[in-house]
Amino acid sequence: MKYVDEFRDAELGRALSTRIVAAVEPGRHYKIMEVCGGHTHTIYKYGVDDLLPENVELVHGPGCPVCVIPMGRVDDGIAVARRSEVIFTCFGDMMRVPGGEGTLLDAKAGGADVRMVYSPLDALRLARENPERDVVFFAVGFETTAPSTALTLMRAKAEGIENFFVYCNHVTIVPPLRALLESPDLRLDGFVGPGHVSTVVGARPFEFVPADYGKPVVISGFEPLDLLQSVHMVLRQLAEGRCEVENQYTRVVPYDGNPRALEVLADVFELRPHFEWRGLGFISHSGLKLRDAYADLDAELRYAVPGVRVADPKACQCGEVLKGVIKPWECKVFGTACTPERPIGTCMVSSEGACAAYYNYGRFARERAVV
Amino acid sequence: MSTREQEALELIERVRAQPPRFRDPQVTMAHGAGGKATWTLIEGLLAPALGLETLADAAVLDGLALTTDSFVVKPLRFPGGSIGDLAVNGTVNDLAVTGARPLALTLSLVLEEGLSADELRFEIDAVAAAADVAGVRVVGGDTKVVERGRCDGMYVTTTGLGRLDERGRLDPTALRPGDRILVSGHVGEHGVAIMLARGEFELAAEVRSDTRPLWAAVDALLEAAGPMLRCVRDATRGGVASVLNELARASGVAALVREAAVPIAAPVVGACEILGIDPLYVANEGVLVAFVAPEAAEKALAALRDVPGCEHAAEIGVVKSEPPGLVLVETAFGGRRVMDMLVGDPLPRIC
Repeated sequence: MKYVDEFRDAELGRALSTRIVAAVEPGRHYKIMEVCGGHTHTIYKYGVDDLLPENVELVHGPGCPVCVIPMGRVDDGIAVARRSEVIFTCFGDMMRVPGGEGTLLDAKAGGADVRMVYSPLDALRLARENPERDVVFFAVGFETTAPSTALTLMRAKAEGIENFFVYCNHVTIVPPLRALLESPDLRLDGFVGPGHVSTVVGARPFEFVPADYGKPVVISGFEPLDLLQSVHMVLRQLAEGRCEVENQYTRVVPYDGNPRALEVLADVFELRPHFEWRGLGFISHSGLKLRDAYADLDAELRYAVPGVRVADPKACQCGEVLKGVIKPWECKVFGTACTPERPIGTCMVSSEGACAAYYNYGRFARERAVV
Repeated sequence: MSTREQEALELIERVRAQPPRFRDPQVTMAHGAGGKATWTLIEGLLAPALGLETLADAAVLDGLALTTDSFVVKPLRFPGGSIGDLAVNGTVNDLAVTGARPLALTLSLVLEEGLSADELRFEIDAVAAAADVAGVRVVGGDTKVVERGRCDGMYVTTTGLGRLDERGRLDPTALRPGDRILVSGHVGEHGVAIMLARGEFELAAEVRSDTRPLWAAVDALLEAAGPMLRCVRDATRGGVASVLNELARASGVAALVREAAVPIAAPVVGACEILGIDPLYVANEGVLVAFVAPEAAEKALAALRDVPGCEHAAEIGVVKSEPPGLVLVETAFGGRRVMDMLVGDPLPRIC
C-alpha cells in the first residue's frame, strides 16, 4: 500500500536498529514507556522489540482507552444496554471488557440490543433510523476520539434529534501521566509520547514531563519505523544529556495541536472532579462529562444507572506494573485471581497488556532468552 | 530466572494442561466464532457427553468419511456466491481435507415463513450447480418451515459422505519439525466479502468470496506427495491462524509463518488495514492449509498451482520443534510475534 509500506521498510528498520545499538551506553538498562495503546499494538504486531538491544526495555503504558474503564462504569453501561427501549452502541473492542458481572457481549447474549459501530456518527444514524428507540453511544477514548463525540453531539442538537444519548467515559491524557510521574518509585528513563492524542492537543502539553520530572518525551507516529526512530530520539536525548519534548510525528502533529478540535471539546465537555481508572484508582480532573447545555443528551442523566463502584481487588498491582516497579509475575493475583479469561486490572484486560502478554507468551520469552 | 517467576510459569502451564471445562452461563456469539470459546464448548461439553475421542473435520468409518455442517449466513447472497454454494462446498471440503473423495450429500432446509419463492429457487439452483461442479449427488433431505422472524431467510444443513483415498495417511498429530506449510490461494477473501456485503462499513472494494470445492486440490497434493502429505485443513472460521494453532497443539510442535510469503490480494489487505483486522484470522471458504514433508514440498506446491483456482498457492512457513503448541509469525518488518487462537470474533480496535 502506497504511503504505508514506506513506513514498514525492513531495511530501514535494520539501519535504525544499528543506530540504536550505537546510542546505548553498554551496561546501562533503559526503560522507556510507550504511553499509547496504539503503540503497544504496533510493537506487538511487527515485533518491534526484536529489533532493540536487550538492555532497552519498552514498558507498556496506561493508554489503552478501553482497558482503563473501571468495572463499575462497564456495569452501568450494561444496565443501560439492558433497557428494552435502548439500542446500545460502542466500539468493537469495548464489547469484551469485563465489568463486575460480565461484558457487553454477555449482555447481548442475554437479549440486550448491543451493536458495534465505527464512529459516533453511525450511532446518530441509528437514532435517525429508529425514532421509536433510544440510541445510546458508549463514548470512550482520550482527546483522540472525544472531538468526534463532541461533533456528533453538536449535530444531534442542531438537528433536534431527541432519541440520541451519550454515556460519556472520555478521559484526558495528562493527569494519568502526572500520576505515574508523581510516584516516588517510578523506574522509567523516558517516554514515547502518544501520537494520536497529540494530533488534537499538540506536543506542548507534555512539556511538564521534562520540565517538572526530568524525563524526555518524543511524540511518535504509529508505524514500526516511527517507533524505532522515536526510541532512538529518546536514547539520543539521554546520551547527550538533553531533556525536552521532541516531535517525531511532524507529518501529522502540529506542536500546538488542532485549535478547532480543542474549541469543540471545550464547548461540549467539562472536567469531572474525579474519574476512576482501572488498576490506577481515582485521578483528579482526568475524565470528561457533558456540559449542562447538552444535559438532554446525557445518558447518565436520562437513566438512573446503578452507579455502583466495583472496587478493584486490593491485591491488583497494575499501577506498579505500569510504573515498572514490579514484573507481572510479581503481582499477588497474577495467574490466580487475575487471568486473561477473568481479568482484574488493565494490564490483563488488553491482550497486549503487560500481564496478558506475559501470561500468554511468557513461555515463548523464556525460549527466546535461551537463544 | 527467579523461583517466583518459575512458579508463576508453572502455574500457568498447569492451568493450560487441564481439559477445558464449559462453565459459561449462556451461549454467546463467541462460541460460534471458531476460537477458544468454540473449543471450550466442543471439548468441554460435546465431546465428553457424546464419548467422542477424536475431533476432526470428518469421521472415518470403514474407509468411508462422514461429516455434517450447518450454514447460517447474512446476507444470503454475496459477491462470489450464496448460501447454496457454501452449503455444498463447506461439506465437500470437510471430506476432502480428511483425504476422502466426496460421493453424496443430504440437504436439510429450515425456511422462514415469507421467504420468496424466487429466493428459494435461486438457492436450490445454486446447490444443484455447486454439487455438479464438486462431482457429488444430492441424494436426500428434509424441509422445515418456521414462523417469520425465527430465522434469517433460510438455514441449510448438509451431510456428506466420501470414500477415503488410499494414497494418503492424513493425521493432525503427524506434523514433524521441518515440514513445510502451504496455502492454496489468496487468504481472507470470503470473510471480507461478507463483511463488506453487509454494508455496515460503507466501504466498497472488489472482493469476492472464494467459495469453491477443494477435492481437486487435495487430489493433486495426494498425487504429488502421497504419504509425505502429513495433514490438510480448510481454513474456514478463524482463518489460517486457527488451523495453525489447532495443529501445532495436536502435534506438539511450533509453526513459524513468514508474513511476507502469505498470499493476500491487495483489496483484502486494504480493507483489513482500514478495519483493523488481521487477514490471517479471516474466514475462507476455498483455501486449504497443507503440511508436507520437506522433500516433497516443492513438487506438491507445483502440483497445487496447476489446479484451477489455486494459482496463487504459496509456501508460507515451516514446522519447528520449539516452542511446542505455539504459532510464531516472522513479520515483514523483521520482528516476531505470537499468533494466538482467537477468543471470539475478531473485533476492530478503537486505538
